Amino acid sequence: MSLLKSRTGILVMIGIIVSLFVPVFVANKFYIDILSLILFSAFLGQSWNILGGYAGQFSFGGVIFFGTGAYASSILLTTFGIDPWIGIFAAIAAGALAGLFIGFISFRYGLRGSYFALITLAFSEVFRVIANSVEFTGGGVGIFIEHAPGIKNLQFTDPAGYYYMALVMVIISLAIAFWLERSRFGAYLIAIRENEDAAEALGVNAFRCKIYAIMITGAMGGAAGTFYAQKYLYIDPPIAYSIGMSVEMLLVTIVGGMGTVFGPLIGSFVLHTVNEVARHFIDTPGLSLIVYGVILVAIIGFLPNGLIGLFKSQKKQTGGKSDA
Amino acid sequence: MLEVKGLCKSFGGVAAVNTVDLSVDEGQIVSLIGPNGAGKTTTFAMVAGFVAPDAGSVTFEKQNITGFKPHRICDRGVVRTFQVTQPFATLSTLENIMVGAYHRTANRQAAEERARAVAEQVGMKALLDQAAEGLTVAGRKRLELARALATGPKLLLLDEVMAGLNPTEIDEIVTVIKGIRDSGVTIFLIEHVMKAVMNLSDFAYVLNDGVLIAAGTPTKIASDSNVIEAYLGHGAAERMTGEVAAGA
Repeated sequence: MSLLKSRTGILVMIGIIVSLFVPVFVANKFYIDILSLILFSAFLGQSWNILGGYAGQFSFGGVIFFGTGAYASSILLTTFGIDPWIGIFAAIAAGALAGLFIGFISFRYGLRGSYFALITLAFSEVFRVIANSVEFTGGGVGIFIEHAPGIKNLQFTDPAGYYYMALVMVIISLAIAFWLERSRFGAYLIAIRENEDAAEALGVNAFRCKIYAIMITGAMGGAAGTFYAQKYLYIDPPIAYSIGMSVEMLLVTIVGGMGTVFGPLIGSFVLHTVNEVARHFIDTPGLSLIVYGVILVAIIGFLPNGLIGLFKSQKKQTGGKSDA
Repeated sequence: MLEVKGLCKSFGGVAAVNTVDLSVDEGQIVSLIGPNGAGKTTTFAMVAGFVAPDAGSVTFEKQNITGFKPHRICDRGVVRTFQVTQPFATLSTLENIMVGAYHRTANRQAAEERARAVAEQVGMKALLDQAAEGLTVAGRKRLELARALATGPKLLLLDEVMAGLNPTEIDEIVTVIKGIRDSGVTIFLIEHVMKAVMNLSDFAYVLNDGVLIAAGTPTKIASDSNVIEAYLGHGAAERMTGEVAAGA
């Protein structure tokens, strides 16, 4: 309830209401499509944020869960004719299981920091190679999903459909992050990030907490996979397990602010906007990427806490003044 | 309450702790002292589950807890603090203590209330909103104590909570530790500040080169020739008694 009363709560409410009406007022479908992409990327960022931002376990294989989820629901749909509405839950389960598997192996043997980053990167490559070589994934040919628009198939002719779906996913992801910030589990994850030994001494079962965290990350990644598959109607191993997407989800989170509720959303919004604007106004091929890169370096260099750090430090100053 | 039997640990051929036997009775303050490198912290680490012993056993309330993970030992009611303070740096003092308090309750509000009460008990009330990384040495030592206390332990293992403090701060923390004991928590502490050891402990163990060389009440320990030699070098005890005799 306190959320509804606080200033952040009011802003979130306004944000949600405005977001709901965006497709009504924005006629240009191109912008709706971009917004869907921003929301999708924010959702993936948030999934990474649970394990990377809150629990401090930097994964370079976030795409594992995305790809596994995409394959899970797509195989169910194309091979067994099961609706993606059920498929998305299968994808969530598959993502969580992949998380359990990778988490168990890496945390059991105490892999931390760069070693954990490397093993997750290696796993994403392993998953890609496996998806490429077994039959039920369609191998290198990939899986084509029949174009059959309708809410039953989570396919829409109007981009607004995907926009709303992504919006719901982002709202759920924000709710998860908000719950983390208020719960014991979240406090334990942050304690593990800050100092694992000290957390253990205070009775925190670090291994179990990290497993739960990677399973939540995996479940969210799995859901994103179904969204992607139903939107683009095609997946193959290089798409499902692309390193680029692993990097994107950690990039939007780092730029926005790790371990914060709104960091991934802000990061995704800013990075995609910068990218699109640069592409729009700069005609010389490749130059837009340079501009994008320079802005990225500037943000990371000058804002170690991400863009959200801008708001936070301001808040602290005003807080200090009111105290005095 | 705590029974340690034949505890051994070697690091690359060097026996850090060699067949140590000791026990801590409920309601007491027991000290573990000794020169640097004597194996005190290693002993604590083995009791708290951070280091697996090569041999020997640790028994708490008649149950064998040897080789348990730290969080399981904490569940039993044994919590350690760290000599080199290990704060959750970016969190506030309150949030730091709450991590400990959550051990007793999953409810945020209850954890916060408990954390505030503990902060009051250790004299950190004014620092609750400060980030842990901005605390002074004395503040960090208190924070270690507060976090451990917030878990609701039966036995607290305090590893040099007075090192680096000035005399006033030491007096303050001695009062705090006595208060904790009076609230029913048994205390086992490692300390170099002899004045505090003398003042606080009911019983003391002396460790040197991984071996227990003396055990007894603080006054008895202070006059033990083995202990004097360990601290001041070979022959020191003889010279001291000689000087005393000459003086008399």
